[in-house]
Amino acid sequence: MKVLVPVKRVIDYNVKVRVKADQSGVDLANVKMSMNPFDEIAVEEAVRLKEKGKVTEVVAVSIGPQQASETLRTALAMGADRGLLVKADGPVEPLAVAKILKAIVDAEKPDLVIAGKQAIDDDSNQVGQMLAALLGWGQGTFAHSLELDGASAKIAREIDGGLQTVTVKLPAVMTTDLRLNQPRYASLPNIMKAKKKPIAEKTPADYGVDTAPRLKVLKVSEPPRRGAGVKVASVAELLDRLKDAGVMP
Amino acid sequence: MTSLVIAEHDNALLKDATHKTVTAAAAISSPVHVLVAGKGCAAVAQAAAKIAGVEKVLLADAPYLEKMLAEPMEALILSVADGYEAILAPATTTGKNYLPRVAAKLDVPQVSEILKVVSPDTFERPIYAGNAIETVQASAGKKVITVRTTAFAAAAEGASAAVESVTVPPDPGLSGFAGEELSKSERPELTSAKIVISGGRGLGSAENFHLLDSIADKLHAAVGASRAAVDAGYVPNDYQVGQTGKVVAPDLYLAVGISGAIQHLAGMKDSRVIAAINKDEEAPIFQVADYGLVADLFKALPELDEELARRGYK
Ligand SMILES: Cc1cc2nc3c(=O)[nH]c(=O)nc-3n(C[C@H](O)[C@H](O)[C@H](O)COP(=O)(O)OP(=O)(O)OC[C@H]3O[C@@H](n4cnc5c(N)ncnc54)[C@H](O)[C@@H]3O)c2cc1C
Repeated sequence: MKVLVPVKRVIDYNVKVRVKADQSGVDLANVKMSMNPFDEIAVEEAVRLKEKGKVTEVVAVSIGPQQASETLRTALAMGADRGLLVKADGPVEPLAVAKILKAIVDAEKPDLVIAGKQAIDDDSNQVGQMLAALLGWGQGTFAHSLELDGASAKIAREIDGGLQTVTVKLPAVMTTDLRLNQPRYASLPNIMKAKKKPIAEKTPADYGVDTAPRLKVLKVSEPPRRGAGVKVASVAELLDRLKDAGVMP
Repeated sequence: MTSLVIAEHDNALLKDATHKTVTAAAAISSPVHVLVAGKGCAAVAQAAAKIAGVEKVLLADAPYLEKMLAEPMEALILSVADGYEAILAPATTTGKNYLPRVAAKLDVPQVSEILKVVSPDTFERPIYAGNAIETVQASAGKKVITVRTTAFAAAAEGASAAVESVTVPPDPGLSGFAGEELSKSERPELTSAKIVISGGRGLGSAENFHLLDSIADKLHAAVGASRAAVDAGYVPNDYQVGQTGKVVAPDLYLAVGISGAIQHLAGMKDSRVIAAINKDEEAPIFQVADYGLVADLFKALPELDEELARRGYK
């Protein structure tokens, strides 16, 4: 069984994002970039399935600039077998990402695609679901746990009310939530080994996908700022203040 | 031109996320139709028919729609999509699950979690955990949109729209419901409570988390948590407030033993008043808190509980 894991290069989650003064976007110059945290969870899950003998090959795919090959190297160091870089400069919208991934799935024929539930840059939460729809596959989003059993996957999902378990026919798409696993750090020997693993390079045109944005970004602005308030000296003072603010029942 | 709102409900009760989504829909394209999909959900359709601004309710009743799973929802929404200018769902875990499938099949981009309708084709939405707000224009094709419900007022009730049953396409048979573990609570729901009290890693254990209970009861508050508290197993996943959990905007948000990471702030910084209890006076939460108490929570929480009792809160 083969698993495909899409990984995105995004601004590191620890970086404080700054909006550019001309409102054209956020400042990404000299900013630390990393693999999207939900995608790390996806790679980890795929590699664990391989270690358990349930999966024979893990293919990592990244759609992005040349530097996204570093993100693929991270996936390879974590245990993925080979990488595929689809080179695209500038933002690629979720629908175009899903179309490229569909073409890759058609060629690679994985039994399962494990994607992150959202990228922490555009916070769209769309690609996995769009890919499943384009393929006509079932999906298990926001996965909390996964059990593979022959022709289907049993996926517990983190939903607003708690947990919901679905059984999904394979092939299928799963998207990861935070509790699925704790991703490993790649060891030095594995980082060295990853340097020898193959990364193929393609372009969106190779898959016949037009990545021109369909949504027009008119501007990117700062959210309203909240100022720091006051420190109170005691619980009693806190309650007095909250009462004065009109928020006590 | 008409817009279509997909109702959020549990087959018995209509959720007010629907009313809020109707408000967003009406700003894009009126009149508004509401699609109620579920099993034995006729009462929900009747409730939706009362929302002001709703002209018609479509009722889709089938056993395999009971949990609104993504694959049959996609088939259903596509079967009624013709003629709608915009299709909207609340950005709940249910809406986020099925709606991107619809957008993909219609070959249009989805605009996720809108905060504001600037004009019928232009929307504001948060990116980078709400550290930036993007204004996007969706010009061609149908608009497919999820709505951050805390950003919109609930549409009033008082209308009496017609309810019309629709033919439900067959179950695609790709997935099936296999069970659920729902958090049971007598308290208000996190996303609609007027007061939310959240605990973080500072609480230290599942047992200690109960220190929040009697305070929450006295204030009729919902209880939330940081990711660290959920990861540590103090509380279930549905308590998580933040970028990748629930977004809340109550009148009062009280953060206890929470440092204030950007991912947490993303889920609560639009609260009217924020109060925080933390023993570290440098904790980032104090940069957004209107009222900050630097204290050990194990001392402050029992005091708070007593002080509330003294002031007559039961
Ligand atoms: C992809 C991704 C998504 C994420 N999504 C979310 C999300 O949706 N929501 C979220 O919350 N986080 C999210 N996080 C995690 C976030 O980055 C922080 O790690 C998390 O919010 C920290 O939780 P915390 O404040 O409870 O813990 P900590 O940061 O450890 O803070 C604990 C606080 O408790 C205080 N404290 C300790 N003991 C006491 C005491 N006795 N009395 C008073 N105060 C005390 C400490 O001073 C400290 O400030 C996400 C992270 C990633 C990478």
